[in-house]
Amino acid sequence: MFSLERWQEIFETISKNKLRTFLTGVSVASGIFILVVLLGIGEGMQNGVEIQFQRDAENKVSVTGGVTSLGYGGLNPGRDIQLVLDDFYTAVQTSDFDIEFQSPLYRVWSGLASNGSESGSYRLEGVHADYQFLEKASIINGRFINPLDQDLGTKNVVIGNRVKKDLFKEKDPIGEFITVSGVKFKVVGVYTDPGGERSEARIFMPLKTAQRIFGNGEDIRTISFTLPKVSDYDLALYQSQAFLKKIERQLRSKYNISPVDTSALYLSNNIESTKEIYTILSTMKLFFWGVGIATLFAGIIGVSNIMLIIVKERTKEIGIRKALGAVPMSIVGMVLHESIFVTALSGMFGLILGLLLLESVGPFIDTEFIVNPEVNFNVAVSTVIILIIAGAIAGFFPAWRGARIKPIDALRDE
Amino acid sequence: MIEIKDLHKSYKVGKNSLHVLKGINFSVKEGELVSIMGSSGSGKSTLLNILGMLDEADQGSYNLDGVPIKNLNEKLAAQYRNKFLGFIFQSFNLINYKTALDNVALPLYYQGLPRGERMDRAMSYLEKVGLADWATHLPNELSGGQKQRVAIARALASHPKVLLADELTGALDTKTSYEIMDLVQQINDEGKTILVVTHEEDIAQMTKRIVNLKDGVIIDDKKVEPIRASAHV
Ligand SMILES: Nc1ncnc2c1ncn2[C@@H]1O[C@H](COP(=O)(O)OP(=O)(O)OP(=O)(O)O)[C@@H](O)[C@H]1O
Ligand SMILES: [Mg+2]
Repeated sequence: MFSLERWQEIFETISKNKLRTFLTGVSVASGIFILVVLLGIGEGMQNGVEIQFQRDAENKVSVTGGVTSLGYGGLNPGRDIQLVLDDFYTAVQTSDFDIEFQSPLYRVWSGLASNGSESGSYRLEGVHADYQFLEKASIINGRFINPLDQDLGTKNVVIGNRVKKDLFKEKDPIGEFITVSGVKFKVVGVYTDPGGERSEARIFMPLKTAQRIFGNGEDIRTISFTLPKVSDYDLALYQSQAFLKKIERQLRSKYNISPVDTSALYLSNNIESTKEIYTILSTMKLFFWGVGIATLFAGIIGVSNIMLIIVKERTKEIGIRKALGAVPMSIVGMVLHESIFVTALSGMFGLILGLLLLESVGPFIDTEFIVNPEVNFNVAVSTVIILIIAGAIAGFFPAWRGARIKPIDALRDE
Repeated sequence: MIEIKDLHKSYKVGKNSLHVLKGINFSVKEGELVSIMGSSGSGKSTLLNILGMLDEADQGSYNLDGVPIKNLNEKLAAQYRNKFLGFIFQSFNLINYKTALDNVALPLYYQGLPRGERMDRAMSYLEKVGLADWATHLPNELSGGQKQRVAIARALASHPKVLLADELTGALDTKTSYEIMDLVQQINDEGKTILVVTHEEDIAQMTKRIVNLKDGVIIDDKKVEPIRASAHV
């Protein structure tokens, strides 16, 4: 069926009917092009949402002290709830669950850091070694705060990539000293954080060090944990809620907080919001698939239409060919071969064009909502194949009808 | 070469049936040049289409070169047409996006000849009809007479047993018609069997035998001494 002779005949027909070929090609190529770009943008938006929401470990739970809004046990409302390091250890010791990562946090909202003439104002955070994983920070260079730093209260700091760029430009900061609020610290690591610029404008140091230099005794701001991941979402949610509930109950009783006061303790459970992210993502996925399938469908209808017109237009030619000895299957083969060839070629062309656009423009898109717009290559190739098959099926019926038409009737067609 | 016995053909027109051929008995020997005459609507084209396997008779037998033509499926009919017959139509029926040469080569494609051989043979037939210089031209760049010559070259290229021509001069002026008939006579001189449908007396007089159709039956079938078309060109 796909002999060299047939190819020659097809090439001849195609090259002699440039407009027809061009129109078919353009409609197929533009359909695929639109589809690819659309899927790319969809993917980019998904990436954007994921990054927006998943700045920290997706199974992180934390408790932060707030201000009471209700009087309780003879105490007035408007009381600051100041957590202390003991609260952290109590939570760890009384936990009913194994804990994966754990860290207290002491925060100074703004501290002036400088290296020679370069300076900037950054958040200072005193933490334990696990905090790296709770924050999803990854080390670019050097290391994170380690248990030894914590035990000894070393003046070692880990700086965010933003801080590194501000204070060190292109220089390697590891082993260099910076001055923070008048105290000298040694830089031992540089980290990057999926939370972006703001999350990278921080300086981590051992909790003990932060408490000693910037703090007030044993005060801490937040305690954070993760439980080991379980594959079942509902189980993970149940465990995290039970774990958090227990800490909350202990703190409420220790600090004399009304059981209905919602502002005295800030409880956060990322697993709960993960559910929302997954809902948003799956809704978006559904939307883009819907639009994609609609586009594909429109493309298929376009191709079928063109095929129908082509066969209609070629009725007389088909009659002549049959009179000269073309068997019905050779007519079907001719029409299909041509249509498959043209759809495949222009489909690939549209695909490559779309991929090139995403590849070249994608990295320059500077918005938080579209990140790294890419198309799964397999998905893209599958769409082209689907379109070709659909085009072939859609082309088959007109081709078959053309082949069945009696030669005298076809010859009479003007 | 051609043997038909008691051939009948009716067309359905709405609820009615139109009996067009009412028992045709007719045979043609190899090398004959026959014209089929008759008034409009007498069934000439219908007969020729059946002979050309473009249409099927309702009743009767048809033998072509000893092969019974009966209950052919589309595929076999196409193969027989390709092998046995060459068609020449009033409206030329050339494929408009193919050059003269490619048009002539087309039946050879369906015979499965390799490309080189197709082109050589097509070229030799274009030379034969005097259009070698026009090989690369498209049909719409040719005159009516030239188009018909291309069609004749195409009909001859597949080496058919019989040439069937329906009003082959119908779209041409008298002078061009005679030139075409001259070519037809030359081809017949070389031994090719040719059937020509016409309603023009002067064209019929250039054949060796005239068959007269009226109301679906043959009313007259006589041999004549052909007038040489070359004398009038
Ligand atoms: N496909 C068809 N369906 C119905 N009737 C038809 C069909 N083809 C031909 N006829 C009718 O059959 C009759 C014979 O037609 P045919 O074409 O054989 O005539 P003809 O002798 O070739 O006439 P002309 O000289 O005008 O070409 C006509 O009355 C015509 O209307
Ligand atoms: Mg007729």
